[in-house]
Amino acid sequence: MSGNIQLLADTLERAKSEDRAALIAYLPAGFPTVDGGIDAVKAVIAGGADVVEIGLPHSDPVLDGPVIQTADGIALRGGVKIADVMRTVRVAHEETGPGPGHDVLEPIDRYGVERFTAELAEAGGAGCILPDLPVQESALWREHAEKHGLATVFVVAPSSKDERLATITAAGSGFVYAASLMGVTGTRESVGAQAQDLVRRTRATTGLPVCVGLGVSNAVQAKEVAVFADGVIVGSAFVQRLLDAPDAAAGLDAVRALAGELAEGVRRDRANN
Amino acid sequence: MSSDFFIPDPEGTVPSVEGYFGAYGGKFIPEALVAAVDEVAVEYDKAKTDPAFAAELNELMVNYTGRPSSLTEVSRFAGHAGGARIFLKREDLNHTGSHKINNVLGQALLTKRMGKTRVIAETGAGQHGVATATACALFGLECTIYMGEIDTQRQALNVARMRMLGAEVVAVKSGSRTLKDAINEAFRDWVANVDRTHYLFGTVAGPHPFPAMVRDFHRVIGVEARRQILERTGRLPDAAVACVGGGSNAIGLFHAFIPDTDVRLVGCEPAGHGIETGEHAATLSAGEPGILHGSRSYVLQDEEGQITEPYSISAGLDYPGIGPEHAYLKDSGRGEYRAVTDDAAMQALLLLSRTEGIIPAIESAHALAGALELGKELGKDGLILVNLSGRGDKDMDTAARYFGLYDTDAAVEADASAADGAAEIQRDTK
Repeated sequence: MSGNIQLLADTLERAKSEDRAALIAYLPAGFPTVDGGIDAVKAVIAGGADVVEIGLPHSDPVLDGPVIQTADGIALRGGVKIADVMRTVRVAHEETGPGPGHDVLEPIDRYGVERFTAELAEAGGAGCILPDLPVQESALWREHAEKHGLATVFVVAPSSKDERLATITAAGSGFVYAASLMGVTGTRESVGAQAQDLVRRTRATTGLPVCVGLGVSNAVQAKEVAVFADGVIVGSAFVQRLLDAPDAAAGLDAVRALAGELAEGVRRDRANN
Repeated sequence: MSSDFFIPDPEGTVPSVEGYFGAYGGKFIPEALVAAVDEVAVEYDKAKTDPAFAAELNELMVNYTGRPSSLTEVSRFAGHAGGARIFLKREDLNHTGSHKINNVLGQALLTKRMGKTRVIAETGAGQHGVATATACALFGLECTIYMGEIDTQRQALNVARMRMLGAEVVAVKSGSRTLKDAINEAFRDWVANVDRTHYLFGTVAGPHPFPAMVRDFHRVIGVEARRQILERTGRLPDAAVACVGGGSNAIGLFHAFIPDTDVRLVGCEPAGHGIETGEHAATLSAGEPGILHGSRSYVLQDEEGQITEPYSISAGLDYPGIGPEHAYLKDSGRGEYRAVTDDAAMQALLLLSRTEGIIPAIESAHALAGALELGKELGKDGLILVNLSGRGDKDMDTAARYFGLYDTDAAVEADASAADGAAEIQRDTK
């Protein structure tokens, strides 16, 4: 391994050595503005996030629920460009360790895989999560990602059969993104047993860290997930805090506080287990 | 042969096993949908060669849909097309009023085979939504239709029809609030409810196997029309013409003619207010390769891959993508695609109504406008086959406002030039 993918591996390893899951925060670039989004990245890092996933806003985010879709819409109306996404990744990288991008393939396909991977690596990005890129369509992407030392993080779902899990994890790098439930992004009342079963089945196929996302919004849920996962991914709950805040400063305080609560949550309290 | 209406592509070389038509197609979907989409592919492969499936579908197509649909020569209309002969394939006469029922019945049977009890679908003009709600009523399936909020307003009659048939209609308020956003919302529903739900996709786009499967269910259009026009005229047409939104009625008409290399395959895209204005949905004429809704094809997008908002007076053509097989036909040169403005389509709608007593859907009127142009190019020996994909009842409000046909303020406010055009055609055809 070389490049920023190593930083990502080190970060996840460090969390493990501290007997906790890593906290991975998701924030869309350009929301509420490009600079406001950069401030939010700094705030969640200050609050205790280990890794920040920077979203590339898209006009048609099929896998995202209403919260992130609303944020993407605000970012796009504000004129966010891929260059702004790269600038946000650079800040995340400089403030902490890695900042992988979370992108739909549609805009990257138009922008050019070669150009995108080169710019992402140069900005300090650790890799990419491409939720609409199934493993069988991923050869070109992986070739360029490997060349630039970027991780290719694949999503696995409760509906993924064991044989397919093996194919996906063999092609992936960095970590595996386990979708906790069948649905789109958004906060949920509970993160079900489906997630634990999926993590167990995924671990049977790979030594890569397995991080769980979709639906986690508070410290109690983060603690539940941290018992069986290497990382906890939280997105919509952060975005909702920013949407609800009366002004920019209050929004930053709110996401910093949420990151702090979640960072506490991901510590495994063995006394309670 | 004459009793077979389900006629899947017998020896096609496209798509490939992975669902590619040349460089287009594929399967770009979230992992959570992979199992469901694969299940559709496996089940369709089995159904395709199962005589019991074909028999059940054939019986429905005859006794429920009313196939074969007629072929009507429109000589008074053709008088405005340089003297060429024009025949219309009357998909508007199918039950529910458009070609959409062909695909819907096939996929509804497939839904039953998969043991699913709920169907979701997107709709633009409401033709696919109405057809889907109809099939769900027929088979006792739960039905939810996603429709952009703007489309629910301009196609209010079809919303009422769907509700009458027992479907839930969800007005989608995100994005441009038209067909593309209805598809996004339907995908979100599918991810969350995939265990018991089939997404009855309405056009030849989307992830594999939808482009090939939906085409197979519509192939009957071209197979029938080819036989009918040979019987009536003793020869094949110079051109087969159809409107193109997602591309289902066009591929249904074109497909049987692909080996007939002397037959031009002409798709008419919505140019809206004109391609130069930026307000259009002419994906093949003005778009470029990209990924949308699960497959690679031509799309309308900006330089950073964001989908640009399409526009057409026709809710059914108002879509920034296109089925991958059309992209393949365009690049290979086998298909020709031209753009038709709102105004040209509306004039053709009026002309067919006044010369033949047939009110077409605004979608199909784009093909009629293309045929008028082509007729002038071909001259009096020309022979043109047009797919009249749907009837115009659903569009009466839009048309009445456009031409000022209401006895109210709407008439006063109607575009004066449109009214002039109407008067001209009236004089012309008396």
